[in-house]
Amino acid sequence: MAFIELNSVNKWYGEYHALRDVTLSVEKGERIVICGPSGSGKSTLIRCINALESHHQGTISVGGTALTSDIKTVEGVRKSVGMVFQSFNLFPHLTILENCTLAPIHVKKMKKAEAEDLAMSLLERVRIGEQALKYPGQLSGGQQQRVAIARALCMQPDVMLFDEPTSALDAEMVKEVLDIMVDLAGSGMTMLCVTHEMGFARQVADRVVFMDAGQIIEMNTPDAFFSAPQHERTRQFLSQILH
Amino acid sequence: MTGFVQTQPIAARTAPLAARYNLFRVLFGDVLSTVSTLAILFAVIALAPKLVSWGMLNGIWTGEGAQCTGVGACWAFLRAKYPFILFGIYPPGQYWRPIALIVIFVGLTLYSLPPKNWKTSTLWAWVIGTVIALALMAGGVFGLEAVPTDSWGGLPVTLILTVLSLGLGFPLAIALALGRQSDLKAVKYICVAVIEGIRGLPLLSLLFIVSILLPLMLPDGLKIDKLLRALVAMTVFSAAYLAEVLRGGLQGLHNGQGEAADALSLSWWSKTRLIILPQAISKVIPPLTNTVVVMVKNTSLVLIVGLYDLLSAGRAALADPAWPAPFAETYGFIALIYFIICFSITRYTHWIERQNLFGVNR
Ligand SMILES: Nc1ncnc2c1ncn2[C@@H]1O[C@H](COP(=O)(O)OP(=O)(O)O)[C@@H](O)[C@H]1O
Ligand SMILES: [Mg+2]
Repeated sequence: MAFIELNSVNKWYGEYHALRDVTLSVEKGERIVICGPSGSGKSTLIRCINALESHHQGTISVGGTALTSDIKTVEGVRKSVGMVFQSFNLFPHLTILENCTLAPIHVKKMKKAEAEDLAMSLLERVRIGEQALKYPGQLSGGQQQRVAIARALCMQPDVMLFDEPTSALDAEMVKEVLDIMVDLAGSGMTMLCVTHEMGFARQVADRVVFMDAGQIIEMNTPDAFFSAPQHERTRQFLSQILH
Repeated sequence: MTGFVQTQPIAARTAPLAARYNLFRVLFGDVLSTVSTLAILFAVIALAPKLVSWGMLNGIWTGEGAQCTGVGACWAFLRAKYPFILFGIYPPGQYWRPIALIVIFVGLTLYSLPPKNWKTSTLWAWVIGTVIALALMAGGVFGLEAVPTDSWGGLPVTLILTVLSLGLGFPLAIALALGRQSDLKAVKYICVAVIEGIRGLPLLSLLFIVSILLPLMLPDGLKIDKLLRALVAMTVFSAAYLAEVLRGGLQGLHNGQGEAADALSLSWWSKTRLIILPQAISKVIPPLTNTVVVMVKNTSLVLIVGLYDLLSAGRAALADPAWPAPFAETYGFIALIYFIICFSITRYTHWIERQNLFGVNR
């Protein structure tokens, strides 16, 4: 059984059918890039994996645990799934260090000193250690997103979800965040990234998933995906974003 | 003009009045300011002699009631009665006990003002300080003579009602504000009904309801203290208003904050306590302090249920037949105390708004 399994997952927002029979399995250590036009259901898909959204039909399992609405099950799954948001969502009233130690201390019941050591080592890894005592509002967007990555890594997750992590960044900051993500991919982390950074997809992805209208339209290795897209809709999309 | 060379160096000149003095600009900056400045100046010049002759030249500073003839201010009355106005009918030999309560409350308040002291230990200091202050007032412990709450009065009663109604009302308000946002429809509508029900009543009628109906509804023999009844009414009242203020803060929060906490697997209570509430509260500090000012002044309404707060103690002092009842002097004195308290809170609000919490200017 793969580490993450989605089987015929369906999801509705009121009357709107947002995910349609989505089936996807992700092995441990695999790196998946999800792309597709705005509104195609990419966010909904990855938010279902850590139960930020609930699905209505089909099954989702993470690390062998089937997601239900039971709060203990949900919290258990979330412990092993880190998430990075488009808008960073750092906690503005806590310092960078406190942002990172919060969940280890309150969820994993780690000792404060131990959590701080861990947080510092991860902040060093995203090259932001010297800002640890500042507040998020004092950092640039790129720095904040790197902190958000470190914050998620502090829970030592088995898989990381990224929802357009560079879309809210000014052009000159995109690279500093992508570099960290490439690093992370190199370390063997299982990753699902919603992104339109096709260079990143080529460089690190094992598979690229293309979504449209709530469905997975096409899924292939980056080479095959970019050089020989099969579906008409994929070709159209690629021609739009690659010119 | 093509080229330019400075041949005559310009020496520094003195600044004009308006550039040097901000005050000058405020007072005489334009026609309207000038007119109002002059009008106020004129009024002061016209009234000052009367005030000076009433308050100072003809003022009676010492002596008995008979000496106050009504020509000048009867300051002697305040000199004789200020302990009664401040402490009501509390036994005069025991005044140090209400004084201790005032010192404890004022001290804790001052300590709690700077944001760096907003921590759990401060909360505990308040709990312990309040228990000690009330124990000192009530007596019956530490070998102190017991003083029933019927004999409490004046400023301590005003402070007790303010501090306890806000202190106990705040957690209630948090529960109501969170309940109002609940996904459970039953919880939500109960909270809405409580908040809107209480806000729809004047405090006066709430005080009557609790003071008169509560004893009727309770079984015979079970009597609730008058002060406690007023406190219940004021706590419920402040909770409803604080809940509405907090709701504003909760609504102002970005969805992403709760989602990020969820994604980190924080429990509902950890998320609420560590992420949601601190941010929601810090967004609404100015309206919260405003509610404090309102509650300080609202305490004066307990007069109608027979409690002796600062204002009622003043009225009671005026009833002494040995004195000619100098209303202006007494109410002026009481107003001054309220003004000092409320104006300080207002100044604090301005100060705290300028603090950059979390390293950013808000
Ligand atoms: N909370 C929501 N309520 C209603 N509709 C939503 C909600 N979230 C997303 N949708 C709709 O679902 C569709 C897919 O959204 P989303 O997954 O955010 O797309 P993407 O991330 O690919 O841009 C869109 O049409 C969007 O309008
Ligand atoms: Mg999206």
